Amino acid sequence: METMDPISFWNLPVSVEWTLVALAQILAFMIVLLISLAFLLLMDRKVWASVQMRKGPNVVGAFGLLQSFADFLKFVFKEIVVPAGADRTLFLIAPLITFVLAFIGWAVVPVAPGWVIADLNVGILYLFAISSLGVYGIIIGGWASNSKYPFLGALRSAAQMVSYEVSIGFIIVTVLLFAGSMNLSVIVEQQAGGFWNWNMLALHTLPVPMFLVMIPMTAIFFISALAETNRPPFDLPEAESELVAGYQVEYSSTPYLLFMIGEYLNIVLMCAMTTILFFGGWHAPFEFLSFLPPFFWFAAKVIFFFFMFAMVKALVPRYRYDQLMRLGWKIFLPTSLGAVVLVGAYVAYSGAAS
Amino acid sequence: MLQVITFWILASVTVLSAFFVVAARNPVRSVLWLILAFFSAAGLFVLLGAEFLAMLLIVVYVGAVAVLFLFVVMMLDVDFTELKQGFLSYLPFGALVSIVLATELIIVGNAWTEANVVAPAGASATPEGVSNVEALGMLLYDDYAYFFQAAGLVLLVAMIGAIVLTLRHKPHIKRQNIAEQVGRDRKTAVTMQDVKSGEGLGE
Repeated sequence: METMDPISFWNLPVSVEWTLVALAQILAFMIVLLISLAFLLLMDRKVWASVQMRKGPNVVGAFGLLQSFADFLKFVFKEIVVPAGADRTLFLIAPLITFVLAFIGWAVVPVAPGWVIADLNVGILYLFAISSLGVYGIIIGGWASNSKYPFLGALRSAAQMVSYEVSIGFIIVTVLLFAGSMNLSVIVEQQAGGFWNWNMLALHTLPVPMFLVMIPMTAIFFISALAETNRPPFDLPEAESELVAGYQVEYSSTPYLLFMIGEYLNIVLMCAMTTILFFGGWHAPFEFLSFLPPFFWFAAKVIFFFFMFAMVKALVPRYRYDQLMRLGWKIFLPTSLGAVVLVGAYVAYSGAAS
Repeated sequence: MLQVITFWILASVTVLSAFFVVAARNPVRSVLWLILAFFSAAGLFVLLGAEFLAMLLIVVYVGAVAVLFLFVVMMLDVDFTELKQGFLSYLPFGALVSIVLATELIIVGNAWTEANVVAPAGASATPEGVSNVEALGMLLYDDYAYFFQAAGLVLLVAMIGAIVLTLRHKPHIKRQNIAEQVGRDRKTAVTMQDVKSGEGLGE
């Protein structure tokens, strides 16, 4: 929005230069995301396979490296089946919503100093808003399928995601109070200087032991992220033992692929949020390690959290629905609310607020 | 120029989708049109420079309230074609209400300009040199802290009222006591019984 001079041979009221640069940035970011997602998916499957003492995909390409691309082609060349009695428009719009929302969340994620498409002042709120919209793809898809299992899955997911958003919101507030800003780059910058400054530990507050608050907050955020992205042990919307595949039952071919890519992108986005909010974003854990580029550290942390997500899926049995609700409303909500009060008191009385 | 174009696009999408909220046959689609209306209204807020409000609109209304709307509407089992039979008979009353609203808006708009509040200054979302969030925070927590607290109390009372009205303790429902369940050990959970053959436990 910087240069708005009416220019150029088209005589349009937009800066062609700015538009082209922004488009190129977005395109590059999307391609990098999609390609890394292909390998993250493979990593996911390899991790489960190792836990279950299987080999995992190992046929397509060396070590199965091209498995995701083979799957992609398989999905794309299949026939799109729209069930009779389904709301045709909404049925096809739903996976697109999930897919697009999963991408636009990444617009504000700073992967290295200055490497961000839109450095919004309300970046963290934007991310929160986008992740809270993710429920629409699922709920519309479940309803438009005109089928019972998808509908039940959609209802479950709506209730689950709304519940866990509340605690995620409060946890984000604790981080905001430390950073004093909603700009994600500022939040990351504030955690510079070594792992003891990361919001997970927040040892710069010593002698006030804020790490007693922030370590549980990190854990709660991670668990809520699992619930928000419908990952096991909270994958009740698609619990195969009860609902076949939940809201995805009627989907096939490319629409299903869009759902799956969107879901995984959301998971990676949540990993990136954990990294940025609690683990210092692109900063190295020690100053002497910062000869490695910032992007390396960011990617390494995101991949680590993705590994944790995969391990949780492999190790933890699925929750029952009432247990899920109890955990969200009766345990996480009061705990995170209390943490907001404690951090707020610290910031107000220590003079950390400018 | 670009701002004007953006305004007209967003405003017309808002009005159109608001129209379809009423006109859509299917109530689920109505809610979806409503969400689109919220969305373009958020876009209008961004255009005004009130990006914090825009995000709040999306988080609160689109992310939570409209989901609950959708939740309820999807589960309704009402024959809506029948319900909409007498739809047109409300037209005179609806027209009356909209005329009253339009008149009020026009009067207020005229009074606003008459009072020499020039549009850009009057419509500016934030004072100079303060970010959006800070400006709102100062208003809510410094200038109007007591009113803010009072509003919070009103909401709390409403919430407690709703809970009291809907809470029923049903005595025959099995409930799970997690602490008790986890605290069980072999001594309390298992008893050894001597069962004589052919008699059972006698229950």
